[in-house]
Amino acid sequence: MSETIAAISTAIGESGIGIVRISGNDAFKVGYKIFKGAKVQKEEDIDNRKLTYGHIVDGEKIIDEVLIAFMKGPYTYTREDMVEIYCHGGIISVRNVLNLILRSGAGLAEPGEFTKRAFLNGRLDLAQAEAVIDIINSKTNKSMEVSLNQLGGTLSAKIKEIRDILFDMMAHVEVSIDFSDEDLDVSSIQDLEDKALIVKEKISSLLSTADRGKILRDGLKTVILGKPNVGKSSLLNALLRENRAIVTDIPGTTRDIIEEYINIDGIPLKIIDTAGIRDTSDLVEKIGVDKARLMVEDADLIIAIFDISRKLTEEDMEILDLISDKNTIVLLNKVDLSQAFDEDYFKNHIKNKEIISTSISNGLGIDKIEKTIKEMFYSGEVEVKSDIVVNNIRHKNQLEKAYNDIESFIEDIKNNVPIDCLDVDLKNCWRNLGEISGETISEDILDKIFSEFCIGK
Amino acid sequence: MEKIQPFYADEFDVVVIGAGHAGCEAALASSRLGMKTLIMTISLDAIAALSCNPNIGGTGKGHLVREIDALGGEMALNIDKSFIQSRMLNTSKGPAVHSLRVQADKHKYQTEMKKVLENEPNLLLKQGEIVDIIIEDNKVKAVITKTGAIYKAKAIVIATGTYLKGRIYMGEVNYSSGPDGRFPSIDLSDSLSKIGIELRRMKTGTPARVHKDSVNFSVMDIQPGDREIVPFSFLNFDKEYDIDQVPCYLTYTTEKAHDIIRENLHRSPMYAGDIDGIGPRYCPSIEDKVVRFADKSKHQVFIEPEGLDTKEMYVQGVSTSLPVEVQEKIYKNVIGLENVRIMRDAYAIEYDSIDPTILKRTLEHKEINNLFFAGQINGSSGYEEAAAQGLVAGINATHKICDREPFVLDRSEAYIGVLIDDLVTKGTNEPYRMMTSRAEYRLTLRQDNADLRLTEKGYKIGLASEDRYYKMLRKKEAIEKELERLKKVIIGPTEKNNIELEKIKTSQIKGPISLYELIRRPEVQYDSTINLDENRGYLQREVRLQVETQIKYEGYIKKQMIQIEQFKKLENKKLSIDEDYSLIKGLSNEAQQKLNSMKPDSVGQASRISGVSPSDINVLLIYLEQKRRSVKSNV
Repeated sequence: MSETIAAISTAIGESGIGIVRISGNDAFKVGYKIFKGAKVQKEEDIDNRKLTYGHIVDGEKIIDEVLIAFMKGPYTYTREDMVEIYCHGGIISVRNVLNLILRSGAGLAEPGEFTKRAFLNGRLDLAQAEAVIDIINSKTNKSMEVSLNQLGGTLSAKIKEIRDILFDMMAHVEVSIDFSDEDLDVSSIQDLEDKALIVKEKISSLLSTADRGKILRDGLKTVILGKPNVGKSSLLNALLRENRAIVTDIPGTTRDIIEEYINIDGIPLKIIDTAGIRDTSDLVEKIGVDKARLMVEDADLIIAIFDISRKLTEEDMEILDLISDKNTIVLLNKVDLSQAFDEDYFKNHIKNKEIISTSISNGLGIDKIEKTIKEMFYSGEVEVKSDIVVNNIRHKNQLEKAYNDIESFIEDIKNNVPIDCLDVDLKNCWRNLGEISGETISEDILDKIFSEFCIGK
Repeated sequence: MEKIQPFYADEFDVVVIGAGHAGCEAALASSRLGMKTLIMTISLDAIAALSCNPNIGGTGKGHLVREIDALGGEMALNIDKSFIQSRMLNTSKGPAVHSLRVQADKHKYQTEMKKVLENEPNLLLKQGEIVDIIIEDNKVKAVITKTGAIYKAKAIVIATGTYLKGRIYMGEVNYSSGPDGRFPSIDLSDSLSKIGIELRRMKTGTPARVHKDSVNFSVMDIQPGDREIVPFSFLNFDKEYDIDQVPCYLTYTTEKAHDIIRENLHRSPMYAGDIDGIGPRYCPSIEDKVVRFADKSKHQVFIEPEGLDTKEMYVQGVSTSLPVEVQEKIYKNVIGLENVRIMRDAYAIEYDSIDPTILKRTLEHKEINNLFFAGQINGSSGYEEAAAQGLVAGINATHKICDREPFVLDRSEAYIGVLIDDLVTKGTNEPYRMMTSRAEYRLTLRQDNADLRLTEKGYKIGLASEDRYYKMLRKKEAIEKELERLKKVIIGPTEKNNIELEKIKTSQIKGPISLYELIRRPEVQYDSTINLDENRGYLQREVRLQVETQIKYEGYIKKQMIQIEQFKKLENKKLSIDEDYSLIKGLSNEAQQKLNSMKPDSVGQASRISGVSPSDINVLLIYLEQKRRSVKSNV
């Protein structure tokens, strides 16, 4: 018995088709449930290993026009029953189809889960398995790691540094547990706390880079804010013109909000767009302040545009309020026109934000915007590599666990919890960090190895 | 040897060589489990001898004693009959490290244990020296005594302590001897070598015994026993102990003593290089302490009674192998010992031991069937460590003969499991002493819950009595009931309640709270909430202790349970003894070699072998998973 899983198997990007895959015992059932085709009236009509035309439907609603292939195990990639659905390319269609599949009884595949099943079901041969073993070996061999992958190596070194401190702390705890009767100095609880704070700080700074890792994978969620006619669509067009669009919106979808992907020197931006921006109508006005506030809350980056040829308005004030504690680039647009805007008053009301003077329609300041975006998320130039990014998801989870452990340790020290209890969190922290570098042995290792592979591959 | 005419004497299921702490537990376990057992000792006057310190228990060791008791062993019952002072250590710390330690009346301890052995129907206690072990077809066959008696045996437990080729050192003087002036066992060493067992030297030492009347106690700190006596055995928990406890005394060495040691260091056989054996780091001689902690101007010394019927006092902290004349000078420079009269000199003893990694976790030899080892010969130190191994060896010798499942405790179940796993998996380069820090899951492996953890196992084996088992079940039930009840006792923020809360020095409440929640507060004890709890019935001290501990540390214990689950997953991935690791691609050469020679039981055990890296374990895990899948798909 294997649980049925599904994932998008093609890279997220501009393409003619996108493939969604289902694998597992119920793959056929799930596939049949959401597929409507002239040739498939009953479940028995499913033709093994034949490409069939039809539609993916959610009840009565047509989601996409597709080609579908039902493939009976074991002669499949995973050796399980599989269904492959060839949808329209781009992000929206495949995502909608996947969501429907997930609602119809399949689980979302973990990264690398298809390959893992292929391997464990004996589909991959020994040579391939050996390749996997090589990955493991290089993963724990520190010197090799450094040469293989600079970023990964740096992380391992950082992890080791933190684990060394933790090890020291653990040794300290052990000593004071066993040798209380003897005249050892046990008054250094303060020392433990100090070290714990250092550990916390170090994990936290690693976590902030892990966030960056996630951003690299999903794109930097970016919202452009500004009142009507301030230059939002011009900015979007300017950025799109200069940068290759990865995914464009798909006409005919019924969503209010669409997402534009653009790539600025390797940093993908996912611009949360409303159909509205293109109509130059206003986001806040169109979707309401509350919803805008939610979007802003959720965003990684906000570009707020103000028109300095006009006086500050109520809407501008609202926007200022929305962005007050967010990562924001403030554009003072239309510097080519005469100034009607009290810039000093404005600057006094905006703290710690990048302010760029632009004339978007004339292409003035676009370079600076791009440069600022880069600077905000990299304090140096960082090469983007997709495999590192995938790793980082797991790393981030481990780092978060470790962070919680050390936080609860610090909390307990403050509450005078006995030292033998403290030690539980300390050990968890040490273990959780060790799972990043592979120094902690865990039965879940297989899952970890296969998460090296891309999702759905 | 040639002169002896060997003769057939008798036949036993189990023969135990040595009647120290390991031997006694092994022999009692096997005989109580129905095995006709012979226990052979060089001297009937040295049964269960406390040849070094006069105490039982302490951090880590106390846990072992409780575990031995829960499984149906004898040590706890025996010390409960013979202790003269009792203390619960580390009470200022958390529950994991509370440790019971008592002073024993050495003579009484021995006498009581001898009585127990003598009264055991299936057990023959005999004085004599085993000089040879006969192995046939890779299985033990018989033992031969110095006088030529052949005793056939289905299983043998070797528990020779420090007797094997024992050699005593005092400065330039050294001679062949067992501990405390008794005969050593020489020929057995050669017999073991002959059957292919490699032996190595270990060392331990003991301080002098001094005459009580020559000690000036007035300049020392008195260390009385606890007012409330907690017995070691779970069977004795409802007994009243009304004894006059004998105090110990704390004093210190002086700079002068340290100077004398430094001046005479070249006369210490350790430093002169005469002793090859490795001594215990955790129980160092005074010369070790002075060298290693050169900046310390004084070291602690405890003066402890050896018993009620003797004026000998044990001088804990001043063990030494320096010449007798130097010893005298050092002792006289300990505060309060200025006029001391030494009755027995301090000495170091060197003896043969085995590399315990040749043993399975049942303590059976990996290659020679039905040959078991327990105690100091396995590289451990300490009475409690020895007794624990003896018990496990005795049970497993029986199980082997009767074709029952091996009895193995893992690291998450007991300190005994930690002890044996450490010995047989990692080996040891020095006498191994149990410590709480060696146990990963010490918050769950407390000495106070050893009965809850292990009695059922002991009962199933057949060692823990019905009485003991039902006692444990009743306790368990009482704990669970009380925990449930406390969750339902809700106290409101009334004035009366808040006044009471103030009285027990905790903050007042604004809303209703269960007593369960209240006891969670660090400053609140179960007992202190009595006035807030109208319907509280009488509960035994042991039950109250469990209730309080389980409430207070619930969160931590839960976290540890998760750690244990992860640990168990790897322990449950079994490895076959027939596995050829050189065929597994991806394993490092060192790992292949180590795994092939150690043949671990599980991936978990493999991961603890030195030289086997995490990446080797990962390779092993994948290999096993592939194998499992391929077996499955072939079915």
